[in-house]
Amino acid sequence: MATVPMEYGLILAGVLFALGLIGVLVRRNIIFILMSIEIMLNSAGLAFIVAGYRWAQPDGQVMYFFILAMAATEVSVGLALTLMFYNRHKTLDSDAAGRMNG
Amino acid sequence: MFELLWLIPALPFAGFLILAPAGSKLARPLTALIGVGSVGLSAALAFAIGIGFAVSPPPGYAYSQVLWTWVSVSGFRPEIAFYLDALSLTMILVVAFVGFLIHLYSSEFMADEEGYSRFFAYMNLFVGSMLTLVLADNLLLLYLGWEGVGLCSYLLIGFWYKDPYNGYAARKAFVVTRTGDTAFSVGLFLLFTSLGTLQIQELMQRAVQQWGAGNGVAVAAAALLLGGALGKSAQLPLQTWLPDAMAGPTPVSALIHAATMVTAGVYLIARTHVLFALAPPVQAAVAIIGAATLLLAGFSALTQRDIKRVLAYSTISQIGYMFLALGVGAWSAAIFHFMTHAFFKALLFLGAGTVIISLHHEHDMFRMGGLRKQLPVTFWTFLIGALSLSALPLVTAGYYSKDLILLETWESPAGSPLLWAAGVAGALLTALYTFRMVFLTFFGEAKGTADRTPGIKMTIPLVVLAVLSVAGGFMEMPASLGNVHVFTDFMHTALPPVRSLPVLPGADLMLEIDAALAPLAGIILAYIFFLYRPRYAERLLNTTPGKLLHRFWFSGWGFDRVYDRFVVRPFLWFAGVDKDDFIDLPYSGLIRISRMINGALIRTQTGRVRWYAMGIVIGAVLALSVVVFR
Repeated sequence: MATVPMEYGLILAGVLFALGLIGVLVRRNIIFILMSIEIMLNSAGLAFIVAGYRWAQPDGQVMYFFILAMAATEVSVGLALTLMFYNRHKTLDSDAAGRMNG
Repeated sequence: MFELLWLIPALPFAGFLILAPAGSKLARPLTALIGVGSVGLSAALAFAIGIGFAVSPPPGYAYSQVLWTWVSVSGFRPEIAFYLDALSLTMILVVAFVGFLIHLYSSEFMADEEGYSRFFAYMNLFVGSMLTLVLADNLLLLYLGWEGVGLCSYLLIGFWYKDPYNGYAARKAFVVTRTGDTAFSVGLFLLFTSLGTLQIQELMQRAVQQWGAGNGVAVAAAALLLGGALGKSAQLPLQTWLPDAMAGPTPVSALIHAATMVTAGVYLIARTHVLFALAPPVQAAVAIIGAATLLLAGFSALTQRDIKRVLAYSTISQIGYMFLALGVGAWSAAIFHFMTHAFFKALLFLGAGTVIISLHHEHDMFRMGGLRKQLPVTFWTFLIGALSLSALPLVTAGYYSKDLILLETWESPAGSPLLWAAGVAGALLTALYTFRMVFLTFFGEAKGTADRTPGIKMTIPLVVLAVLSVAGGFMEMPASLGNVHVFTDFMHTALPPVRSLPVLPGADLMLEIDAALAPLAGIILAYIFFLYRPRYAERLLNTTPGKLLHRFWFSGWGFDRVYDRFVVRPFLWFAGVDKDDFIDLPYSGLIRISRMINGALIRTQTGRVRWYAMGIVIGAVLALSVVVFR
């Protein structure tokens, strides 16, 4: 069975992470920021799995479960905050929360 | 018995330590119990020790108790140690007992005031500091008590701190006495560098061994100590704070004038009398300052309208008598006058306090009058105090002490007829202004109604002090009148007697008759001017010189104005000019830099989440690159 080289997996994880990061930095819609964070988390999970496969250890997959659980809680809290935010500002633009500047 | 000596100052301090943090939570009766009780116990202990001292005196008539070593730095080893001899015993008896009576009086006098526990905490600290001062075995511990007394006077004069004037009076008292204290501390440095110790008894021995009479260093040291004494005892030229110190509650004035504070200077000179005897010019200056002060203050007292200011000037004047006595070497006479003065001056202040409070805080004597019928107990006790202050011959304590001073001023080789004449003129003045006060306050027609009669806690101190103001004198009587010398014999175990010149036979009696006639003349003059024919006084006042003199004396001989013009204002001007001096540069620079950084950091707080995320990214990249490319 042909194996995917480790480097490919890590490069994929890096690209996904960079895409997610760019998404967080450039998007203004909170929903999309949350989605981009999700992509970053999953890219980190992917890097764990690739590393676990490389060392033939189950730890990488265990870590992925942790990330999954954490991502789930994060999304629930994040979406709740988003709802509250939308109720108050009638928009999803994160810059609308800039009243605490300075 | 003597081992308990340390408890005498410790008890009031304990009262302070309880009342200062917890006082506001305690009930008022409990506060009064702690405040009065601590000083009362201290007084009782002082009595017990005094009896022990009289029955079986310690060897050499002196007992010293070392508690612990305070600091020990290369040869400088002051100890927390107390020294008891006839002088300090007399002082603690008077301070603790009169202090106790004043505390008892204030527990009723201050009953309606806010800050009841604060008042008693300060009063306890005041008495504790004074007891430390008089019991101190070395000059450094004495200086600690000295400063403690100064601090408490500041706190208590400004007790009603909501009125800015009271704060001003408190600051004035603090700053003016501090002028003297600075001289005192320089004197301590000088004594230590030249004699190598501050332990008083050792210091005096070494001074005698090392310096002859008139030695330059001895004169300088004595002059510096005198500076301290002048400040605390409100003598010329540092007397200006005392009349303003009347801003405090009346019991505070009583405590400052009778038991603590102003007598500290007298005590200091008596305690270091050996040093002053080595410096004849300084000792002569003490006598002259005393004589000048007693006359100046007497004239000022004659013109005041505020009953408390009359008493304040009379204190300055009476302390002037004590300085006169110290200056001619009559150490025991000075301490005797201190004791009788403590009795009658406390009595007069407490009596004045009763009058003031029963007339709703009226201080102006011209709006009193006729109170003789309304406040009989206060009247009779006040009258006894006034008689004692004006030294009515034969029956009052004030007569015997003042007479002793005048007699020894004449007889001592350091004295002179001129000083004696100043003293006698002062005695006439004293009687005149005292009875002006009595006649204006208690006689004549009633101008206000006293609607509050003093209760038992205010009456007891008045009566006890009145008894002492009479009986206190009988332990010392001149040769022509009973020849009793209990007090001076006792005092001579600690202080040397006057080396009196031989006087012509019969001169003693002549001097006494003169000294006795002066107060009588004063009382009669006061009767004529202020009760029998008040128009004479008015007519005298309406002449041009009369007006000018009145205004001049009323303002305390213009000292305040001179100091304001030549000291206070130049100092304020200089402080204004010097506001941004070299030393301030680093500090203001520091402020400017932190303001700049603050302004830059505020700009990074945009409130935009994406900026913060960017910040996190940059930080992470930097941290990673440090790890990777190290």
